Amino acid sequence: MTQVVVIDYGMGNLHSVSKALEAVSVSETITVSSDLEVIKKSDKLVFPGVGAIKDCMEAFSVDLKETVLDEVKRKPTLAICVGMQMLLESSEENDGVEGLSILDGTVTKIQSSREIKVPHMGWNQVKFLKDHPLLKNIDDSSFFYFVHSYCCLSSKDALTETTHGERFISSLAKDNIFAVQFHPEKSQTAGLELYKNFLDWSV
Amino acid sequence: MAVAKRIIPCLDVDKGRVVKGVNFLNIRDAGDPVEIAKRYDKEGADEITMLDITASHETRETTYKTVESIASQVFIPLTVGGGVRSIDDIKRLLRSGADKVSINTSAVENPDFVKEAADKFGSQCIVVAVDAKASSKSKDFWEVVTYGGRNRTGMDVLGWTQQVADYGAGEILLTSMDRDGTKEGFDNDLVFRVANGISLPVIASGGVGNLDHLIDGIKVGGAEAVLAASIFHFSEYTIKEAKEAMRASGIEVRF
Repeated sequence: MTQVVVIDYGMGNLHSVSKALEAVSVSETITVSSDLEVIKKSDKLVFPGVGAIKDCMEAFSVDLKETVLDEVKRKPTLAICVGMQMLLESSEENDGVEGLSILDGTVTKIQSSREIKVPHMGWNQVKFLKDHPLLKNIDDSSFFYFVHSYCCLSSKDALTETTHGERFISSLAKDNIFAVQFHPEKSQTAGLELYKNFLDWSV
Repeated sequence: MAVAKRIIPCLDVDKGRVVKGVNFLNIRDAGDPVEIAKRYDKEGADEITMLDITASHETRETTYKTVESIASQVFIPLTVGGGVRSIDDIKRLLRSGADKVSINTSAVENPDFVKEAADKFGSQCIVVAVDAKASSKSKDFWEVVTYGGRNRTGMDVLGWTQQVADYGAGEILLTSMDRDGTKEGFDNDLVFRVANGISLPVIASGGVGNLDHLIDGIKVGGAEAVLAASIFHFSEYTIKEAKEAMRASGIEVRF
């Protein structure tokens, strides 16, 4: 039976993420855990993140970080929101924070104006740049739910883009890693479809 | 391509049941909150707001259970309000599965609470609910009221919304107490003045009786989102019909 572990390092809406995965799972078991052994034994990983990136990086203990870095390189992994940003090279949030450099790109503040509100909060369209198994049965330009103040503007791993003032990268993919800026667990049908695709995904 | 305008059905929950009255009187039972939330989710609601109108200590555990149950079955953002008085209250609600928490009376009584909550949990999950009453003396003055309209504060709604915006609120849920439950439409003068004064999204609330009212809240009032309760609870209209009407009038909505 496939074991999916939602990595719990004290940050993120884990309840919603695990409930959404449970809602679409057929035979997979969904566990929320920070236990290194559980993470090592898992078949797939979900890497969430909410709040300030510095707090997220600091919440990550040395042991946990090493294990996650190791496992994320080998197993199908889905990173969400700040979890996605942590996999990039760096972020300018909190006066500059180093990322894990697993994916190409950096994170910058969204430029606000009278019309462009920050945080970018609400439903926005996700335009596909390439095809990917995790986008199966999801229409191009579907709406997903976003909540964030920082974004990645360009990456060679870009998979989809979204416009909020500027165009930014709303998801990235590389080998066994799929990373999204939006929240599939809050994106109703399209989000659940993406989670289902993740459970079905074999790399 | 832009952020879609939102339709937010609101569940007023009293002792675990959805109710709705006119000006908070004549309360009518509208059913089980979890079942109703699931129906709205299926019909395409963009978010759900749940207000615990009893908000007493005795019924609080029921509220957490209801929130947990909705959040386990409905995968769109959920805002919960009513009786939110402390950082611990917010923590419990977020842990139960709420995405945002709405603060009303306790913000008026202690504005620093808004600042503290936004610092701790992030602006994106702090909604300040403002109940407004028009003045009989001036067309440009709306008074902040609390306790379901029973208590007048003398505070100016425009000044108050500016203050909570500065304190880190992420959104304003603006209810006209003159219109709430009347089905006469939003107080769009009020919505327009508030939405223009601050850079936060404003959710218009109070008075929706038909689909044109929803359209007016966005086009005339300038709201980012519209909230309604009774027109959806008693199936006068579905969320889908509301969205179709909004789209037909040129408003960008999510389908």
